[in-house]
Amino acid sequence: MQPKSDELVIAGRSFRSRLFLGTGKFSSGQAMEEAIRSSETEVVTVALRRVDLESNSDDILSHIDRKKILLLPNTSGARNAEEAVRLARLARELGAGNWVKLEVTPDPVYLLPDPIETLKAAEILVKDGFIVLPYINADPILCKHLEEAGCATVMPLGSPIGTNQGIRTLANLEIIIEQSRVPVVVDAGLGEPSHAAQAMELGADAVLVNTAIAIAKDPGKIGLAFRLATEAGRISHLYGSGRAAVRKSATASSPLTGFLEEENRNVHGTF
Amino acid sequence: MYTELFDSIPFSEAITRVLSKTKTDVEFALDRSASGRAVGFEDYLALVSPAADSYLEEMANLSRSWTRKRFGNTVSLFMPMYLSNECRSSCVYCGFSFENKIPRRTLSEPEIRQEAGILRRKGIRHLLFLTGEEYSKTNLEYIKNAVRILREFFDSVSMEIYPLDTQGYADLIAEGVEGLVVYQETYDPDAYSSYHLRGMKKNMRYRLEAPDRGGAAGFRRIGLGALLGLANPYGEMFKLGEHASYISKKYWRSTVQISLPRMRPAEGDFHQTLPVSDREFVRFLFALRLFLPDSGIVQSTRESSKMRDHLAGLAVTQLSVESRTDPGGYSGGTELKQFEIEDIRTIPEVFAMLRDKGLDPVFKDFDRGFLVGAES
Repeated sequence: MQPKSDELVIAGRSFRSRLFLGTGKFSSGQAMEEAIRSSETEVVTVALRRVDLESNSDDILSHIDRKKILLLPNTSGARNAEEAVRLARLARELGAGNWVKLEVTPDPVYLLPDPIETLKAAEILVKDGFIVLPYINADPILCKHLEEAGCATVMPLGSPIGTNQGIRTLANLEIIIEQSRVPVVVDAGLGEPSHAAQAMELGADAVLVNTAIAIAKDPGKIGLAFRLATEAGRISHLYGSGRAAVRKSATASSPLTGFLEEENRNVHGTF
Repeated sequence: MYTELFDSIPFSEAITRVLSKTKTDVEFALDRSASGRAVGFEDYLALVSPAADSYLEEMANLSRSWTRKRFGNTVSLFMPMYLSNECRSSCVYCGFSFENKIPRRTLSEPEIRQEAGILRRKGIRHLLFLTGEEYSKTNLEYIKNAVRILREFFDSVSMEIYPLDTQGYADLIAEGVEGLVVYQETYDPDAYSSYHLRGMKKNMRYRLEAPDRGGAAGFRRIGLGALLGLANPYGEMFKLGEHASYISKKYWRSTVQISLPRMRPAEGDFHQTLPVSDREFVRFLFALRLFLPDSGIVQSTRESSKMRDHLAGLAVTQLSVESRTDPGGYSGGTELKQFEIEDIRTIPEVFAMLRDKGLDPVFKDFDRGFLVGAES
């Protein structure tokens, strides 16, 4: 059942890890580095507003080995499309590359993404040559619009960012995963490794975790727990967990396929 | 274009992939479906495979449950109208084949109007019109004109004609055609070239990409299908599932409809070599339902009344009725049929059958008010 290679491919780039890591809220650069190592993540998001791309000794960047890890700058803090586009372009000019996690969050309390401005910014950035990974609410129709706009993934939230509530958008995530032609990365709200496992079991292509690891007592250990949970969820999605063995077959009193036994006529036989 | 995906897995490999599925794979797929999720592509292949044969009853139950959930108790009824049996292609299995020396006929405007009036008086609101592949006799202008006439009589007009380019499709949508049906006949390139000896239809890729062009043009409904009996059915089901899933995801504003016609007797001396049994046939339909719960499944009068009665509401959501496969057949009867039909019941008889089964026969579920720019 498993494909020959189970790597995640985004915009032609392959990743073995399906766990993305956010870099906000860590207590120290060392703690973040330890989490990066133990989680074995290959994609690390960084808020453009927080990094100093012009300095070689930036606190966050100095802890990320960009030969092994994709640095995914995000536009968090942008309140509309114009701000997000400007931020992304400035970052690219300073060498941050052309991958961008698009975040447009005008609401300062729950940081919920603005679907209209996000789509607008995505259309501009894709035309501008960016590989765009948009953070969005779990809206299946918005996902299709973003896919048509040329986004490399969609990143629907499991619950509001930083809330650790896990997957509260289950019904819509299922539809998004079923319908998407680009990888689906469940982003935001995953507070426990079991939440990551659940997202992967649903069939998500990857998950993004930040707060739950960053504020943990031991980010290294919890980074490891999320890695294992992500892998476990992926394997469960591909192979099932044995529930089939206890599945109860439906037995109708009047079998629905009984008519086939009565007469197995061959309607097309020889003419 | 779907052809990129199509090319990535050869037909022979597709067959192997299906035949490699085990009972464990089938149980996994059924478990996923029972948990309320549409099954994935690998699961679908397991359900198509012979390993699923002993799970047919369970598949039927799940298929009925998904059909009820997504379509309620409704079954749509429609009628086909053949505008022409003229054809420049030689498809060895088809009664309209250029090689067959049968009387040829293309309906004139008054004849189209006459046929349409008859169908409308029977209560039909959804029409599917068809032609052969004779472009000079049924060119785009002829089709446009026919659509203008048909729209006076019917709420929904779909078509099954030779493949067009995107602009041609867009022009017909502008005239008010709502749905496009392009059956691939067979997805096996070797079989395809051996059955399609001459004419435009010989160009397999142009046909294979027609649903893409239709999707890009904006049809509300896109019908896909394979004519079972022409090639290895497991390969056909692999490719049909792959194609339907691709179209539904890429052209997400369009509804995908699937049909699995089985070969029927026709003019000529073609004898199929790969028949599909009833058990296999229903298994394929159930597998499609569990994989693509929102896709309409169409069943024509090629199948027996018994098969149609049992599958309505179980997986099938649309039925053709009182079909004539000869141009002008509703007005007086000729003997120029594309193929022999099996279920010859009348509309009231099919209506009564559906009612008896607790199903709701629907004659209209589209309104011309949707057709911006094509108001009559």
